[in-house]
Amino acid sequence: MALLEAINPLLSAGWQKGGHEWRLENDTGWRLKDYEARGGYQSLKKILAGKMSPDDVINEVKKSVLRGRGGAGFPTGLKWSFMPKAAPEKYIVCNTDEGEPGTFKDRDIQRFDPHAIIEGMIIAAYAVGAGRGYNYIHGEIYELYQRFEQALDEARAAGYLGQNILGAGFDFELFAHHGWGAYICGEESALLESIEGKKGQPRFKPPFPANVGLYGKPTTINNTESFASIPFIFRIGGESFLDLGKPNNGGTKLYSVSGHVNRPGNFEVPMGTPFARLLEMAGGMRGGRKLKAVIPGGSSAPVLPADVMMDCTMDYDSIAKAGSMLGSGAVIVMDETTCMVKALERLSYFYYEESCGQCTPCREGTGWMYKVIHRIEHGEGRPEDLALLDRLTINIMGRTICALGDAASMPVQSFVKHFRNEFEYHIENKKCLVPPDVQRAGSSFFTRNMGQA
Amino acid sequence: MLELELDGQKLSVPEGSTVIEAAHRAGVYIPHFCYHKKLSIAANCRMCLVQVEKAPKPLPACATPVTNGMKVFTHSDLAVKAQKSVMEFLLINHPLDCPICDQGGECQLQDLAVGYGDGASRYEEDKRVVPNKDLGSLIATDMTRCINCTRCVRFTQEIAGLMELGQAFRGDRAEIMSFVGKTVDSELSGNIIDLCPVGALTSKPFRYTARTWELARRKSVSPHDGLGSNLIVQVKHDRVMRVLPLENEQVNECWLSDKERFSYEALNSAERLTKPMVKQDGRWQEVDWNVALDYTSHALRDVAKNHGAAAIGALVSPHATLEEMALAAKLMRGLGCENIDFRLRQSDFSADGHRRGTPWLGMKVAELSGLDRVPAVARVLIVGSFLRKDHPLLAQRLRQAAKKGMQISVIHSADDDLLVDLTARAVAAPSRLPELLAQVVKAVAEQKGAAADPSLEKVGAGDTAKKIAASLVSGTNTAILLGNFAQQHPRAATLNALAQQLAGLLGSKFGFLGEAANSVGGYVAGAVPAGEGMNAAAMLTDPRKVYLLLGAEPELDCADGAAALAAMQQASSVIVLSPFKSQAALDYADVLLPVSPFSETSGTFINTEGRVQSFHAVAKPRGEARPAWKVLRVLGNLLELGGFGYDSSEQVRDELLGGKPEFVSGLDNGVEGVAIELPSAAGMERVADVPIHFSDPLVRRAPSLQRTADAVAPAARMNAAMLAKLGVAAGDIVKVGVTEGNPRGTGGTATLQAELDAGVPDNCVRIAAAHASTASLGAMFANVTVEKA
Repeated sequence: MALLEAINPLLSAGWQKGGHEWRLENDTGWRLKDYEARGGYQSLKKILAGKMSPDDVINEVKKSVLRGRGGAGFPTGLKWSFMPKAAPEKYIVCNTDEGEPGTFKDRDIQRFDPHAIIEGMIIAAYAVGAGRGYNYIHGEIYELYQRFEQALDEARAAGYLGQNILGAGFDFELFAHHGWGAYICGEESALLESIEGKKGQPRFKPPFPANVGLYGKPTTINNTESFASIPFIFRIGGESFLDLGKPNNGGTKLYSVSGHVNRPGNFEVPMGTPFARLLEMAGGMRGGRKLKAVIPGGSSAPVLPADVMMDCTMDYDSIAKAGSMLGSGAVIVMDETTCMVKALERLSYFYYEESCGQCTPCREGTGWMYKVIHRIEHGEGRPEDLALLDRLTINIMGRTICALGDAASMPVQSFVKHFRNEFEYHIENKKCLVPPDVQRAGSSFFTRNMGQA
Repeated sequence: MLELELDGQKLSVPEGSTVIEAAHRAGVYIPHFCYHKKLSIAANCRMCLVQVEKAPKPLPACATPVTNGMKVFTHSDLAVKAQKSVMEFLLINHPLDCPICDQGGECQLQDLAVGYGDGASRYEEDKRVVPNKDLGSLIATDMTRCINCTRCVRFTQEIAGLMELGQAFRGDRAEIMSFVGKTVDSELSGNIIDLCPVGALTSKPFRYTARTWELARRKSVSPHDGLGSNLIVQVKHDRVMRVLPLENEQVNECWLSDKERFSYEALNSAERLTKPMVKQDGRWQEVDWNVALDYTSHALRDVAKNHGAAAIGALVSPHATLEEMALAAKLMRGLGCENIDFRLRQSDFSADGHRRGTPWLGMKVAELSGLDRVPAVARVLIVGSFLRKDHPLLAQRLRQAAKKGMQISVIHSADDDLLVDLTARAVAAPSRLPELLAQVVKAVAEQKGAAADPSLEKVGAGDTAKKIAASLVSGTNTAILLGNFAQQHPRAATLNALAQQLAGLLGSKFGFLGEAANSVGGYVAGAVPAGEGMNAAAMLTDPRKVYLLLGAEPELDCADGAAALAAMQQASSVIVLSPFKSQAALDYADVLLPVSPFSETSGTFINTEGRVQSFHAVAKPRGEARPAWKVLRVLGNLLELGGFGYDSSEQVRDELLGGKPEFVSGLDNGVEGVAIELPSAAGMERVADVPIHFSDPLVRRAPSLQRTADAVAPAARMNAAMLAKLGVAAGDIVKVGVTEGNPRGTGGTATLQAELDAGVPDNCVRIAAAHASTASLGAMFANVTVEKA
């Protein structure tokens, strides 16, 4: 396991090695003293003691080519540099509203390494000149919200937060805010609305949050993993971080591997690791069955067929070249027992349920798509339905306020494109190409509950 | 200026313009639903998607700022495809129930579906259904038709000032709704009917009564408050079916208050007087016009001959037209009588004879909203005004200006929420208002290092006065506005003089928020006493033998309803010219002459900024009703007074104004030689507001308005300390009596429910006027007693 030794000791050390169950029972290392024992808050001390200027900090992050870990992959350092220097009141916001189906990495960072987020946010606040920060935590992980509050108390008591941090004359207050579980609140401007106490609906952009953000003030919003990666960058230096990965894809990244694998879980690997290696770390295919398809970056990324995926390395550029997105790094693995129509029906239902209802194409289109796919899955499909679905995705994509419309459309487009024969079979024969008993054999729901292991 | 090319047309637009604004300038229509020029940008309907050169995706024209050199294509293949796809999405869950929808024929969705919709839908699934909401007596809902454009939501929040609607739930389950169990109670609520681009929100009173294409659209002017909103009155078979705003950026913008929009119901009321009536031997008889006019002219002539013309008193409604007022004044003066007044709710007339000109707003209405000034340096002090209810649209203008930085302060006897961020407010008993205003004058003088008037020597400015003064002094563009309450105040002349001093110190404007449609016109028409003539109050305290009432209902429209009623009852003859037949008039009147309301006569209102707004009749007079100016003309001729040979109301106006100027001349709020009187507070004082839907004969008879929250029966409202002091709990029934020593001493008692109102100052009880249940209390400004019944 040579790769494991190269990874970020501040992020997943101590919880990556075991199996999923092991980690749940051994999450004791999240406290401040444990984090400090792992070298935590050294980066912050180094920055503040060494009188690194905010611009130096931003430049170092730029050098690391840390790209946003929330899904869009926008370079973090560049995003920080957009913040207006002169503004008197600025905010920094952490997006822990991890709602993308298949993604569960931020939850684990929140659980095992809350101080890495706090340290990363303090450094970011220093870099952009923000006086206040919020960590917006997904409503369905309420106990981790409570844990984060405890971690904040520890950090405040230790002088990492508050007035005159570490005697460097820098003030920063950080607060936790928990949402109620709406997927749309993971969209950064909807998240800001939600913090402000309004209905979580995306804002029209421009203006971007860097100019008009939380309470109308300049705001930087980054993903949890992005913030949690910051301390490590300043431990080993930006260039070394970049070198961990591959050019234009700096550092290591957490991948949430789920689906038909033997050992689902989060795995931190350097950018550019071959997919085959990641699959191997996740224990390989369950029951030794054949890989059918992979959604490489969370449910909104286009699905890739097995052969395409096996040639990919896990980084932004390789996956994009293959026609999908690295997204949040949620790798959903599907084996040959999967009915792609049923899988798409479930995904479409999610987007139908989570569309905020603000703008027309998404509000009306997600429901329409779901209803058509539902019909096909239930043997009521019509020959013209595939053309209709294709048309609907085109009419939604790029015409909405936020990216949810695109997110809902891309799975539909890619499923129909790569597995058209299954959809046609469904429509013609009113049943599934993958026989029901085969589907059940691949489903842990059935194998566990029906005793058919 | 920015240069752009729109559909090949070169344009130059101001910095900050959006594409849709640029298109509007160029006369290019871009389809849209959620965009509205007066509301914030939502960009949610996506109907206005256009192609912009170099942009990979179609962009919403409403939210895309113009950049220099931009090339926009509003009708390119890409743009039209995007617009058509949005239309398809909008229609999938829309019920397409146009044949039974009130919006049919004036529906934006219907209109645009013709251009952008397909003949048939590809959507074959079940449609969504949304339960309807109860928004009150004015707005009907069919929420299944809603396309979630959120114009109504933004209106309540941004224009009306209070978020009364919101969008709940997600995706296609999203619904526009009010707060649980609440209706939409804003005095501007009816505007959301106009804003709704589909038939989700329609007018409840108008519902199912006519199609828009059956209706004639005729221009008119609102007869209610001093703003004179411009109206489109829609008429079918000489029946007014609906009232809509006629856009006039200088006056009402594109809005109407609910009072202006729904009061038309009274025009079709069963209480309309449709035949001349004469009381003979205590019994009313319908008679022909010539009989009634003969009777009237004899009554007037006889009393003038036997008792002198001064035995006649004429009370003219301030909602009467300029021409009616002018002819009534001419008639009285022709008889040799100066007893005429239209200022029925005023109680202090000591400024008469000291005025430099006609009191008015002191500025243009548009100036109020910061259109003509920089709001950030604008300062306004409002003295004695129930602004939101007395002048809903002026309040709205100030609200918008306040958002841009105008500082607003208030001196008043009630702390009603204006839904505006106030800089400072001083709330005290009515008798304390002159003192409070004097304090501000003093504080401004001190802060400016100027000398205050010697009469204010003993006045010491309190902290609130200093705060108000600091705000006023810090601006470069200030105005002091005296509201209805200040005009009705027993020290109205003092308030006027103090405001004049304050304006002098500040170099600012000052003026009056005109209470009624013709508050300025009444002065212009000469419907005020001159010389030894009696004013509205004097005619009641010193009762006349004969009264001529033009559109007025003295028991509700006068400052002292009880005194007015007593005066009418003791008179030997009361001649009523009114569109309505009220029980009170049937009791005290001798002749009822049916005259036209504003909708059935031509005429002129001069609004509070002095704007001359003439209008034509929009419908034929009902029954045998006739325009009042014609009735007065005939009376003048019957009395052989001379100078009544008018062929048209325009002649009357032109004679008076020397044509039809845009604004009247002679406007001046200044007074000279008015003694400043600063009374000290004593006893328990009544704070009397004139509720928005009780304020004039028309609105009192509009059934839908009478069912709104603004039309609840008056209560005795007091703050918690007062309730405790009196040992009364909210909800208890209390007996309110008028203390002896009341200036006009005719007050009676009223039995009302006590209510808690934290905004009422100490030693005060707020009891609304202009309502039958409180008319017996007499003067609006009086000391009262309250005890548990």
